[in-house]
Amino acid sequence: MKLVVTIFGKDQVGIIAKVSTILADNNVNIVSVNQNIVDGFFNMVMMAEAMDNKVQLPEVQKLMKAKGEELNLDIKIQNAEIFTAMHRV
Amino acid sequence: MLTIDNILETNRMVTDHNLDVRTITMGISLRDCAHPNITQFCQNVYDKITTSAEFLVKTGEDIEAQYGIPIIHKRISVTPIAIAAEACKTDSFVPVAETLDRAAKEVGVNFIGGFSALVDKGFTHGDRVLINSIPQAMATTDVVCSSVNLGSTKAGINMDCVREMGEVIKRTAELTRDRDAIGCAKLVVFANAPSDNPFMAGAFHGVNEAEKVVSVGVSGPGVVKHALEELKGADFTEVAETIKKTAFKITRVGQLVAREASKRLGVPFGIIDLSLAPTPAVGDSVANVLEEMGIERCGAPGTTAALALLNDAVKKGGLMASSHVGGLSGAFIPVSEDQGMIEAVECGSLSIEKLEAMTCVCSVGLDMIAIEGDTSAATISGIIADEAAIGMINNKTTAVRVIPVPGKKVGDSVEFGGLLGRCPIVPIRNQWSSEAFIARGGRIPAPVRSLTN
Repeated sequence: MKLVVTIFGKDQVGIIAKVSTILADNNVNIVSVNQNIVDGFFNMVMMAEAMDNKVQLPEVQKLMKAKGEELNLDIKIQNAEIFTAMHRV
Repeated sequence: MLTIDNILETNRMVTDHNLDVRTITMGISLRDCAHPNITQFCQNVYDKITTSAEFLVKTGEDIEAQYGIPIIHKRISVTPIAIAAEACKTDSFVPVAETLDRAAKEVGVNFIGGFSALVDKGFTHGDRVLINSIPQAMATTDVVCSSVNLGSTKAGINMDCVREMGEVIKRTAELTRDRDAIGCAKLVVFANAPSDNPFMAGAFHGVNEAEKVVSVGVSGPGVVKHALEELKGADFTEVAETIKKTAFKITRVGQLVAREASKRLGVPFGIIDLSLAPTPAVGDSVANVLEEMGIERCGAPGTTAALALLNDAVKKGGLMASSHVGGLSGAFIPVSEDQGMIEAVECGSLSIEKLEAMTCVCSVGLDMIAIEGDTSAATISGIIADEAAIGMINNKTTAVRVIPVPGKKVGDSVEFGGLLGRCPIVPIRNQWSSEAFIARGGRIPAPVRSLTN
């Protein structure tokens, strides 16, 4: 399953490290990362892929949500199909 | 390959512009539940609904989480009860409505539609029993929706039913007067009702449908408005193109959700309903889309043309995005559910007469309009007859869902709560009587389909 991770919020040390750890723990591989910081605000879009069919997306979402609350960031992880459906004919 | 802009655009539609999938509706046939004993019939209905839709709500929530797209409603539509319960030896279908209510609450859906009769050409015994049961059924249940189709392009208008429905609406209002006539918000009268509509209050599972189907209603007036905000001063070619592209994107999300729901539930995909359905939330208004096109206030001259363009462009964009389109498919103009419409009524820009004109070019009809409680049954029937005539002649679906709120006058307003919103009492300026016209009864013949001037 292809996944998209989006993160927004105030920049701080270790955002990518902490989010990547959750992905790695759940056997999700990172395919590409696009990240920038504008006026102290962190923006990131990460393409990822679950390496087996056993990934429990709701579980990963829960972990990401908790991490987002802890770091005061907006973190989303979604099935990439919604984006391809909308933007590709 | 997806671009960052694509991803951000989609997520912004959801977080900033109220993009959602309005409803996943499971249609369930009750034809095999028929039984002469109403108690047994009700048991059959309860069992069939609760087993068929056991996982509907859970599935909807799972899809919502997986794709990050809100799915507001999970609903059920059933075979029109006048048909399904026809064999019951009884003079009231109120127990059937109560059974539907219990079953819907058991599986956790927020509405169940199909307490319905299709009488555009005439009544059977079951149709009569159902129509007589409507006021009581709407008063004793919470989530059951009722609809009556009393006109069609093929059969004409059943004026006996038009007369009766005026009275039924009044009785329903009376029986739910302690809750601002909420019963009438769950009751809609149709001409040319589609048999695969996933939206309430008019959803039912037509007799030409499969055993079970899953249909999806999309939404997104906020997204369309936002897209038009960037087109200040552009001509209508560009406006129409932009709406088409936006409708395409919105509908693709609906198609994805429908396909996924169909797969997970093991129920065939029915249709996508390409509708722009507003909510009372700020920024989720069809009236605001029309205003964005340059109408100062919804209801001003030009409103009907703006709505016609919007409605047509939504269909053109949506059609290519989905494999099967059906239902009502068009822009909705329910007054109480649309903040822009509410404001337009309050400032005197939008009247029931202008709304009637608008229904000629959009889906569906005079929808969620609160009127004075002492409006006569004949006047309500007159309004129904006019709407049905528009539908019959123009070969389109039209509907009437008016709420004569007991004790309320122009200047008052009524709060239904939640997605049903709130509505100022809309004046019916013309106070002349339709009594003698409505009293005639009989049928208005089906119209000629050529010489269409």
